[in-house]
Amino acid sequence: MNDIKNVFDVGARAMSAQMVRINTVASNLANAGTVSGSADTAFRALRPVFETEFSNSSDSLATTDVSEIVMLDREPERLFRPDNPLADKDGFVYSAAVNTEEEMVEMTEASRQYQNTLEAMSTLRTLMARTVQMGS
Amino acid sequence: MTVSFRDSIALHANALSLREKRNEILASNIANAATPNFQARDFDFEAELARASGPAASQGSGVDATLGYRVPVNRSLDGNTVELSVEQMEFSENTLRYQTSLAFINRRISGLMTAIKGE
Repeated sequence: MNDIKNVFDVGARAMSAQMVRINTVASNLANAGTVSGSADTAFRALRPVFETEFSNSSDSLATTDVSEIVMLDREPERLFRPDNPLADKDGFVYSAAVNTEEEMVEMTEASRQYQNTLEAMSTLRTLMARTVQMGS
Repeated sequence: MTVSFRDSIALHANALSLREKRNEILASNIANAATPNFQARDFDFEAELARASGPAASQGSGVDATLGYRVPVNRSLDGNTVELSVEQMEFSENTLRYQTSLAFINRRISGLMTAIKGE
């Protein structure tokens, strides 16, 4: 990983971290309806773990980074579907452990935070552009 | 009467530099709004400006600020002390004041240019 040199690096990394979050939400939602033949192979929601990363050169700048993506430790729902070809010998299937409402909240929050960072960066960019034209 | 260009503009230059530094710190806080255990940081602008413009400040060494930690209004459960509403308000105020300092410098420069050209 490259060092954080200025505030634009901070913004870029924070936004890409939020983008990873939105991607995992999309993947979770896409898998929300899937069923599996056993509890072990059933889909569980993915969630990125955020971590603060500090700049080496200056003590003030800090950005956020995705350190890992974990599967949430939740039990998939056990449904009695004897007609499903994936059902086990007792006639049960296991549906993906995804809470759709929770994912929607997660998506909204990630997208808001992406927008906040983008807005801050665009403000700083405008200020810099005006400073460059100082005195003219 | 001789007015040093540096003296007349130094206060605004220091202010501009500190405002920029503060904006970067606030943007960094906003970027970390969702990171667990992140501690929001900030510094006292007026105290730092007084220090940078005071007699003790060495000329031309640039400004550096001693950072403190923000005390949150409401604590969050994950240990993050960034409150977006507070940070965004501080950020927008700081941006406005940066532009004010910039306008002051621009007016000073254009005044001097008028004096030089004698128009």
